[in-house]
Amino acid sequence: MIIDQGAPRTAGRGEVTLANGLSRRGFLQAGAAAGGGLMLSLSLPFGNIETDATDSFTPNAFIRIEGDGQIILIMPYVEMGQGTYTSIPMLIAEELEVDLKQIRLEHAPPNEKFYINPLLGEQATGNSNAMRGAWQPLRQAGATAKAMLVAAAAKKWDVDPTSCRAQNGEISHPATGRSIKYGALAADAARMSVPKDVALKRPQDFALIGRPLKRLDTPAKVDGTAVFGIDVRPPGVKIATLAQSPVFGGRVKRVDDTAAKAVNGVRQIVRLEDAVAVVADHMGAAKKGLAALVVEWDDGPNAKLNTGDIASVLEKATLTPGAVAQNIGDVERAMAGAQTKVEATYQVPFLAHAAMEPMNCTAHVRTDGCEVWVGSQAIARAQKAAAKTAGLPLDKVVVHNHLLGGGFGRRLEVDGVIRAVEIARHADGPVKVVWTREEDIQHDMYRPYWFDRISGGLDEKGKPVAWVNRYAGSSVLARYLPPTFKDGLDPDSIEGAINLAYDLPNFHVEFVRTEPPGIPTAFWRSVGPSHNVFVTESFMDELAAAAKQDPVAYRRALLDKSPRAKTVLELAAQKAGWSHPLPERMGRGVSLQNVFGTYMAHVAEVEVAKSGEVRVQRVVCAVDCGIAVNPDTIRAQIQSGIIFGITAALYGEITLKKGRVVQTNFDSYQMLRIDEAPAIEVYIVASSEPPGGMGETGTSAIVPAIANAIFAATGKRLRKMPIDVAALKQ
Amino acid sequence: MAFAIKVNGNTHSIDVDGDTPLLWVLRDVLGMTGTKFGCGMALCGACTVHVNGEPTRSCITPIDSIGDSKITTIEAIGSTAAGAKIQKAWLDREVVQCGYCQSGQIMSAAALLASKPHPTDADINDAMSGNICRCGTYVRIREAIKLAASS
Repeated sequence: MIIDQGAPRTAGRGEVTLANGLSRRGFLQAGAAAGGGLMLSLSLPFGNIETDATDSFTPNAFIRIEGDGQIILIMPYVEMGQGTYTSIPMLIAEELEVDLKQIRLEHAPPNEKFYINPLLGEQATGNSNAMRGAWQPLRQAGATAKAMLVAAAAKKWDVDPTSCRAQNGEISHPATGRSIKYGALAADAARMSVPKDVALKRPQDFALIGRPLKRLDTPAKVDGTAVFGIDVRPPGVKIATLAQSPVFGGRVKRVDDTAAKAVNGVRQIVRLEDAVAVVADHMGAAKKGLAALVVEWDDGPNAKLNTGDIASVLEKATLTPGAVAQNIGDVERAMAGAQTKVEATYQVPFLAHAAMEPMNCTAHVRTDGCEVWVGSQAIARAQKAAAKTAGLPLDKVVVHNHLLGGGFGRRLEVDGVIRAVEIARHADGPVKVVWTREEDIQHDMYRPYWFDRISGGLDEKGKPVAWVNRYAGSSVLARYLPPTFKDGLDPDSIEGAINLAYDLPNFHVEFVRTEPPGIPTAFWRSVGPSHNVFVTESFMDELAAAAKQDPVAYRRALLDKSPRAKTVLELAAQKAGWSHPLPERMGRGVSLQNVFGTYMAHVAEVEVAKSGEVRVQRVVCAVDCGIAVNPDTIRAQIQSGIIFGITAALYGEITLKKGRVVQTNFDSYQMLRIDEAPAIEVYIVASSEPPGGMGETGTSAIVPAIANAIFAATGKRLRKMPIDVAALKQ
Repeated sequence: MAFAIKVNGNTHSIDVDGDTPLLWVLRDVLGMTGTKFGCGMALCGACTVHVNGEPTRSCITPIDSIGDSKITTIEAIGSTAAGAKIQKAWLDREVVQCGYCQSGQIMSAAALLASKPHPTDADINDAMSGNICRCGTYVRIREAIKLAASS
């Protein structure tokens, strides 16, 4: 497979002559591709979040079988390390009976007409939903294409289609020994009617799905030839770096650029309302120029803001009623009758994404058009933002998408695109705007701070009879996609706080949307669950402790109605040797979650030094993610998610002081390193359920497992992240 | 100022200030973008190259400190025995995710293997803890180095 990461195709290449009308459920159409061949257009739903059914067919992915046999998949999902560019083509290859290498993947160009995501209202990759969305329709598309190829061959040979076979990219007729390649049939196949209810392969017949196939994007990433957004070099490109107002909402008051202009290689200083950029021949000169700039800022209304102020606002908000996310039974009555009550407050901090590729975007603004080069999770949004900023119609803006050096939600945002276009408008020729790491961390859009007030009631046997949780924080979706925020709730903010796997007869959860002043919030790997699972699973541990019961046994007793959850819990505990004693200051902690359509249990083993420093020694993960399409990718994503979560638990915290983000670079915003990485064991439960999400699950599950392990090791319950080393000092 | 630097066996003439970090000469002046920018302060290792075989953070290495030294980057590390072994092991162990930090990881690992053909876990920690991977590929990096050492 070749990943075409160069110029995106124009919409014309993706256009379809619709010949056969809608097929089953209206998500698939087939017809002749421009230039011959067979084209299938399909509409991929997005994950498990319900969307309003659309009457009109809105395709967002295309499969083209060309005359030369090449199979091209154009899809809206992007590759940011999660393995999507391998696992998604596997679905088509499986049903089409071709080798994975026969499929070429093209980045979808920004085209809202063709690639619109029904949930997000635009093209985007996020919410761990690529596989969940693609699983059924892409296999269906592959099977449909295969059936049409078979029908075309059968017609050509005047034989019964059931006597033909599809294998290795060709249709054969064993009885007469004839065979013909897909490419030679593609044009004829396009004239066949779209079959209804094509049977999909049975799982036991899968040849590719379920196998740990090699990723297709890897070779270029080990020899330096992979092109990320930051690597583009359009002819004549200049390099710029920038300083944005240190306080969010501030403005540039005065600039003295005398010294900056004198720096060798500096070409231009661009002054914006709330930022200053230095355009130069290379980044070395741009950075040197920026250091030489004298900028005075008008800090604006947030000049005195500290993180503590925001925490206080959120804490107060949890004292007022919020929107009811879920209510089961009668918690008031159950709590009144409870033998024991447990109450706690929890807090999680703002977090930066710190993708290894710093924010960057290249733009060339001319009077008659604009060209943008970027690695984006939301390419259509990028195009729209560029058009608006440049004051150009959408069709005058060309956006080239590239590999992403980490996404984690950061590259769903287009603030970097807007900056690049703002700066490039003042320059003659293309400008690559590269943020310094300091700028990247201090002008991120952050995982929200959340504050939770939670209580539980236990009966005389210690069983939970009441669960009440009210939390306050930002709703990222309310800003990003306003229609998804309804009646005070959005699907992300509540995922992991409701619909728990446990059988809790009286259960009440409220969300109080409270937007913090002076700091922008955004999606961050596992978003809502990154907070909710920490609180829920820590508190479940608190209840087990209050009941003086083993945390695993306590949870298991509540899982009779959730066999998949019970299985992963038991498997993780067994593989971890849950009942084996550990030395002093070491402990095991468990967590269980059902988010992103995947069941997962972690057991973390930690050691707490006398100094209070925490080291995660070993993590055992059991996962039921439905059918494991590519088990090796799943293992990789879990390893990745766990490391990401440990980083957050040990080090992750963005704080504001006088309106400014305090952390600057990897010295003050630390990342877990190889010498701190635990041994990780992943056990995948065999399942015939549809695939669940994988990119984010490991992250949300690990943080409470660590907190619970620290409790087991020290008796100290940490209700605020990141881990407070001083509190654990002996 | 004019400098002549030797990169991957070729000599390049460049005209930049002497304090310009090697990283930007490679990426922006010579167009060799395999070497990555991550932090600018030698905190993350994404920019690692070899200077006379020594792993070096190019983001803090001024161009006027290079002199006659031989620079090797990710684009040419495959032509060294250790580099080729490491690249192969990276593929065999399926180390890579987003891939952005991997040029630096591979450069650090290749230098380690060249100086210590059979590194211990402690050697791996020493050589590799300067390289951050935000995708958390550490488990596989360790396995891949051991695989390369045994090949």
